[in-house]
Amino acid sequence: MSHPKDCQGSQQAPLKRRDVLRQASTGFGLTALASLMADKAYAGLAGGGTHFAPKAKNVIFCFMPGGMSHVDTFDPKPKLAELNGKKFDGFYQVGAKAETNRQWLGSPWQFKQHGQSGVWVSDLFPHIATCVDEMAVVRSMVSGFPLHPRGNLLMHTGRNTGGFPSLGSWVNYALGSENKNLPGYVLLHAGAVPPGGLENFSNGFLPATHQATAMHAEGKPVINIDAADKDPKIQRAKLDTLLQQDRQFLASIGQDDGIDAAIKNYEMAYTMQSVVPDVLDLDKESAATKKLYGVDDAERHKRNYSRQCLRARRLVEAGVRFVEITCPEVFGGDNGTWDQHSDLKKGHEGNALITDQGVAALIQDLKSRGMLGETLVVWATEFGRTPHAPKPDARDHHETAFTVWMAGGGMKGGTVYGATDEVGMKAVENVTEVHDLHATILYALGLDHKKLTYRFGGRDVSLTDVHGHVVRELLA
Amino acid sequence: MKRLHLMRVVWVALALSANGWAQVDFAREVQPILRKNCLACHGPGMQQSGFRLDDGTAALKGGYSGAAIIPGDAKSSPLMRRVRGDQGLPAMPPGEKRLKPEELAVLERWIAAGASFPAKAPGLTSAVPRVNSKHWAFQPVQRPALPEIAGGRNAVDKFVLARLAKEKIAASPEADRRVLLRRVSFDLIGLPPTAAETEEFLRDTRPDAYERQVDRLLASPHFGEKWARHWLDQARYADSDGYEKDWSRPWAWRWRNWVIDSINTDMPFDRFTTEQIAGDLLPNAKAEQHVATGFHRNTLTNREGGIDDRQFRFEATLDRASTVSSVWLGLTMGCAQCHDHKYDPISQKDFYSLFAFFDNVEEVNIDAPLAGEFGPWIRSQNEYQRKRDALLAEYNVAALQADWEKNILYTIAHLGERTDWDLAWDCVNKLTEDGDGGKIVQIPSAKRTPRERDILTDHFVANYHFAIGNKKWKELKLDELNKKLRELKTQYPQLSQAYVISEVASPKSSFLRVRGDYKTNGIEVQPETPAVLPALNASGRATRVDLARWLTASENPLTARVAVNRIWQELFGAGLARTTDDFGTRSEAPTHPELLDWLAAEFRENGWSRKALIRLIVTSATYRQSSQARPELTEKDPNNTLLAKQTRLRLPGEAIRDNALRVSGLLTPTIGGPSFNPPIPPGVMELSYGSRGWGTGWKEATGPERYRRGLYIQFLRTTPYPLLANFDVPKSTVAACRRDRSNTPLQALNLLNDPVFLEAAQALAVKVLIDAPSSFEARAEAAYQAALSRKPTAAEQTRLQTYFEKQKTLLADDAKAIDQLAPVTLPTATRLETAVWTALASVILNLDEFITRE
Repeated sequence: MSHPKDCQGSQQAPLKRRDVLRQASTGFGLTALASLMADKAYAGLAGGGTHFAPKAKNVIFCFMPGGMSHVDTFDPKPKLAELNGKKFDGFYQVGAKAETNRQWLGSPWQFKQHGQSGVWVSDLFPHIATCVDEMAVVRSMVSGFPLHPRGNLLMHTGRNTGGFPSLGSWVNYALGSENKNLPGYVLLHAGAVPPGGLENFSNGFLPATHQATAMHAEGKPVINIDAADKDPKIQRAKLDTLLQQDRQFLASIGQDDGIDAAIKNYEMAYTMQSVVPDVLDLDKESAATKKLYGVDDAERHKRNYSRQCLRARRLVEAGVRFVEITCPEVFGGDNGTWDQHSDLKKGHEGNALITDQGVAALIQDLKSRGMLGETLVVWATEFGRTPHAPKPDARDHHETAFTVWMAGGGMKGGTVYGATDEVGMKAVENVTEVHDLHATILYALGLDHKKLTYRFGGRDVSLTDVHGHVVRELLA
Repeated sequence: MKRLHLMRVVWVALALSANGWAQVDFAREVQPILRKNCLACHGPGMQQSGFRLDDGTAALKGGYSGAAIIPGDAKSSPLMRRVRGDQGLPAMPPGEKRLKPEELAVLERWIAAGASFPAKAPGLTSAVPRVNSKHWAFQPVQRPALPEIAGGRNAVDKFVLARLAKEKIAASPEADRRVLLRRVSFDLIGLPPTAAETEEFLRDTRPDAYERQVDRLLASPHFGEKWARHWLDQARYADSDGYEKDWSRPWAWRWRNWVIDSINTDMPFDRFTTEQIAGDLLPNAKAEQHVATGFHRNTLTNREGGIDDRQFRFEATLDRASTVSSVWLGLTMGCAQCHDHKYDPISQKDFYSLFAFFDNVEEVNIDAPLAGEFGPWIRSQNEYQRKRDALLAEYNVAALQADWEKNILYTIAHLGERTDWDLAWDCVNKLTEDGDGGKIVQIPSAKRTPRERDILTDHFVANYHFAIGNKKWKELKLDELNKKLRELKTQYPQLSQAYVISEVASPKSSFLRVRGDYKTNGIEVQPETPAVLPALNASGRATRVDLARWLTASENPLTARVAVNRIWQELFGAGLARTTDDFGTRSEAPTHPELLDWLAAEFRENGWSRKALIRLIVTSATYRQSSQARPELTEKDPNNTLLAKQTRLRLPGEAIRDNALRVSGLLTPTIGGPSFNPPIPPGVMELSYGSRGWGTGWKEATGPERYRRGLYIQFLRTTPYPLLANFDVPKSTVAACRRDRSNTPLQALNLLNDPVFLEAAQALAVKVLIDAPSSFEARAEAAYQAALSRKPTAAEQTRLQTYFEKQKTLLADDAKAIDQLAPVTLPTATRLETAVWTALASVILNLDEFITRE
């Protein structure tokens, strides 16, 4: 493992490439340069080292912001149905105050066992239920924060404050991109991001190249992607002149990594302008595939979400390391999609309807293309929801138990790991922290969460800080 | 296994039979257990969590969490629970090793019998022995003698040349004068020289021509802007709260103004330090000294419903302590929030002792009028208040608010009883604008200041719906009143406000927090400085003023070194000690330790003058060297640690934009004032959570402020402006002591396609077409002079000409493109020519040379 400073985003490029580029600047033409750029992976940790053999190469992170109820989705609690309507005599604290007058609330949805593994899923997810044999479900998640931004930031960056690199940035920093014409970390959204804002997708103190590039489901996908010069010939002429001048200047001052890197950036930016719209173009897909995902669904939000799922597959196929798909805020309002402090039934049902088919299609599609083995699909949320409530048809924030699941990418399908108590109040068996989840995801990518560090503020900082252990039981 | 079981039975039997507990032989039975298992971390060499077991007095006193041994009561003694691991915490000692049952039994018997230590165990005079360290940065700064070597221009060069001589490397020659002026201009004021300034410098043949330029730049008000940005990075300055709502902070700039002014007037760094850390506590503190404490208001603010206020206050205080440590001491003390520092000799107690200086700090907003604001305000106040009162009366606010206040006060005493009122009370705490509503509502209304009165009423009008529901709120037409009150405010002059801190009237004791958990108090701590550094001498309880004086005292080994090193970093791209953010034991030793110390001593002894220090450095031959690559150096010293040349540095994000605005003539050079919103690419703000409903949104500036410097771009923490984010501007969450320079195609897309840069290209084209003689060569030369302070070479000229002709052909029948590129019709050029010149200007503004300081 060489020093992180040598990563591809920094100005100190590996010597070999520099030599080639120096040649390029004196002899090769642009074409040679361009083909060099499009060449195979530039690795992040100088040389592209993983710490051990990876199972997954890419991650698609389906984030369910707002706090998806565990007891209504993947963690059945028959006891809760028995207690339904009875007074909750436990202690429930919001801020500095305790709340009284709460009652137990049974799930309004039925649970059934599915697949060969017999994993339980509620009626909310008829499509995802068909994929349980690919899924490793963690029912014993905990998070320290019953608050949206902090929970979201923790789930994304391993810290609850913001300002730290997100999981996707770490992965790119470590592994580099496989396609030099595309950003390595893409955020697919439809106009909304979870509380905590863009800090959830920030490169933090890692080089800016590792930040998420946001792509919109509707309209212009990427900011500044539209060439100011509408005619590509005009822009090409501009670039040619620009880079020739740069190269001549480079020759006049002697060797300089900064200029090499700048030349590379311009070429990549130029290509991105045409490659990005191309990768995102769903008309390249068959009618059957489009139907599988539901990209033409009459409902706008479902249509957008399904489009994002299919685009995620196309991006991963094109070599993007890490794709996150966010949810539209239809029912949850400002605090995140799944935040049903009231109208639980309507809200969770609506959200499930929007996400269920697209995510299930993604798993099936990846599988049928032989890509599921190397693509890790993660379904996560920042916390669960209370098994009790101040009124019927509502649940509040609940950080002491929630569920996430992962599929593909070296996960052991049909697994249920960890357990909550009989009413879903508390994770009691194999309690899993967000840091553990991160450590496990990194492990699947061949990375040791303790070794993946960056020197900042006088410390070797890692995603998991001083925490986290790999949950080997989830791995195939 | 079976034997072990038997043993246990025997021990239990023994324990039971020993009514009154047999005497335990400490030396024979207890001490070996402690020595084998505990003393490595809780002994003479190290006292993890402030706990030591080698000394009776100290052992019985306990550690950070309080007493660990309760003589006579083994069961309640935390020590027993910790070694058993039954406290929900990992068992002690850490790792695989566990105490054997018989060992546990010995300890139990010993504690039950009174936990006596032998009488002769040495007592400790102080719980916190001063710590010794041989680490370079903790040694006193002593001014070294200048090395005896010929050459160079000043003291800086002596050290550098001596080192180069040792390595048998020659220094580089002085840079070309054009390059030199450009370099020092960017470094001192963040802007390039104008063509006229370059001309003047080239014509000036006096021996001190360069020094004269340096003095001109040091006197420029833009100097304060450039170096304020350096300070803002460290102070984690932003224009918004961060976290969930990310409310904008409309008056944050008031502190930024203070920084710019202080740097421009060359306020000595020790005073600069004292005023920011403790301006409010200085005798007869003036308004500006209060404003200076705004440094500590750059902490994040969480307004999210449901968060415990105590937690948020605790975190803000932590942040203040660790920021002061990072900024002035170059130490990462934040690590010691939860435990003793892993690498540095900083204990958890040290950290909470620094924390204690800020534990009784209160956030206050004050009137801080700028020159000229006061008169118009006084003249209009009566009328404004009259109109305001009339509005409040019209909507019957007095009666409604009185009832609301009664309910809020009742709620405070009866939390958990009524959910809606609980929420309303939470909102008084979190959502009051410009003040601490939670505090004001508890002051009897007769005793409130007019300012407090207005703040609370504004909050009531805007937020009564949390208590009574939206429907009723609207029925009372308070939504309408809310709007009218805000409108009224904008029609009358307001005084600028400042966010400052002050000390609470009745200070409370400070406690170490066990494992960094705000709810778990450990031992009480006093405001005190880290034990590894010289002691602080204060009479009575130390204050923030004492802390500030200690930071800049001549015995303090860190402050001057850290400050000098960071200034050096701004001028050379890397510090003399490369780890500018860490002077702890894991820092890299300085490449030129004597030079660092000499500069630190000079800085301190020369009245802490930032300008004098910078002048000294930039007039050195070392600084003035060429940055031209030298193949032999690439082998010998690839990172240029020996300083045998200068370094090419890409401009920081703000400067790239400033540069484009400046050379194109678009720049609005006004110094100071509120932040502004430049055009932002579509789609960015909708991703800002805080901008929805709560925040201010992004009202794009259309007047001259649109072209102000990047320093003034509104920085929203959850939605950083893309240009700044793309070019590695720090995230403003924690102190950033150095900037990275990364490369991403998003930067190229930004410069190629962003409207700001298109506008700059248009303006540069227009300027050239109006000002320069009409030949292609003359125009190209003018553009190059403006942008790069040099003429194009013959080869460049040819290439530009080829490009010009090619673009002309391509654009000729593209009316739409011409329209887009040529915004105006000029007498000196056809529209097509103007469009092509815009394209050509755009090439120049994208050159690597343009965004780099050589």
